[in-house]
Amino acid sequence: MSHDHAQHSHDHHDHHHGSDLSPVEARVRALESLLTEKGYVDPAALDALVELYETKVGPHAGARVVARAWTDPAFRARLLADATPAIAELGIGGRGGEHMVVVENTPEIHNLVVCTLCSCYPWPVLGLPPVWYKAPPYRARAVIDPRGVLAEFGVTLPETTRITVWDSTAETRYMVLPMRPAGTDGFSEEALAALVTRDSMIGTGLPEAIPAAPAEMPV
Amino acid sequence: MNGAQDLGGAHGFGPVVPEPDEPVFHAAWERRVFALAMAMGYTGAWNLDGSRANRESLPPAEYLASSYYEIWLKALEKQVVATGLATPAEMESGRSAEPAKPVARVLAREGLEQRFRAGFPSSRAADAPARFAVDDAVLARNIHPTGHTRLPRYVRGKRGRIVRVDGVFVFPDTNAYRAGENPTWLYTVAFTARELWGESGDPGGVVTVAAFEPYLDPA
Repeated sequence: MSHDHAQHSHDHHDHHHGSDLSPVEARVRALESLLTEKGYVDPAALDALVELYETKVGPHAGARVVARAWTDPAFRARLLADATPAIAELGIGGRGGEHMVVVENTPEIHNLVVCTLCSCYPWPVLGLPPVWYKAPPYRARAVIDPRGVLAEFGVTLPETTRITVWDSTAETRYMVLPMRPAGTDGFSEEALAALVTRDSMIGTGLPEAIPAAPAEMPV
Repeated sequence: MNGAQDLGGAHGFGPVVPEPDEPVFHAAWERRVFALAMAMGYTGAWNLDGSRANRESLPPAEYLASSYYEIWLKALEKQVVATGLATPAEMESGRSAEPAKPVARVLAREGLEQRFRAGFPSSRAADAPARFAVDDAVLARNIHPTGHTRLPRYVRGKRGRIVRVDGVFVFPDTNAYRAGENPTWLYTVAFTARELWGESGDPGGVVTVAAFEPYLDPA
């Protein structure tokens, strides 16, 4: 690699010459090239996989599930009883979410999801997991110090709220159904979904709070 | 195996560091590694349990020093060679020098999204009654398999209670080595934080794991 010219200050993504590839980039490129030449993979399919998980599958899907559960008691009951078919009613499902379990937060119980052994995460409803979810600090501490972990996310629960941590050690995948924020009576399903954060469905966050309306604001 | 992947309860990894507005991938090569791992898994040359077994069997120091997708890449390279899909020399050169080995299927772009949105269930039909029922007291066995297992160390030898009978699923401990799916009953087992962590356990706290029947004894 040459480091003694003006490109040194350029963004590495601008470089397309072999000599500018980092060792890991070169290694991945060689692997893809070999597996393609062997006929084991089709680069067009790889592109489609990336597009699917980078642009289509994500926490907006889980937010729709939560908003539906907040507005439709019969759906909520089906979701808590057997989540996979209930989620499928909204056209959501697939790889990494074949066996869904939804756990409900209440004033008494707060739920937190982790995978201590690897990175199991409910892809169809939340997308691919963030780096912190897959990294040692969260995997190590969520089970032994959940309150400390929540504090690092800015979440402080009442002392009387007990925490249940769900370690995703098999193909069952967990999603948290957070509590509906106060002040959202009459909100549409779409407006409610906008309040549902990814972290609130992992249990490391809470839904967006509704600012109290000023007295003069018409309702 | 008692490898570096089994992180639950470990100390010293520091705080959880969430990244605001985190992208799905942090580099172009991560996109390709993700897609290659998915597409190669689809060939049927190995299965998801085998991939996990390969990732966690990296030497502990290397596992902990590698980023998430570096771990995926290293495991993928190992699997390609171990299954005879490419030779070490071909991996080195990135060019095919031997005839390709037949694979069961190759992932095509057409129909890919539907295929992944349909998923790949790992539940199987029951051929024997479940040994345990909800509310049964169980003891997580104090076992230390040197191969792949999904019973984390922090629950071994601890007493818990069955809170859900999840059904019958592919047994990772044998499936990882293509030694049979051995469909096995899976249970959600709840442990109190005090049982797991003694006096440092969060009062009222609970941790659940999904545990296969051979991991459990009656208590």
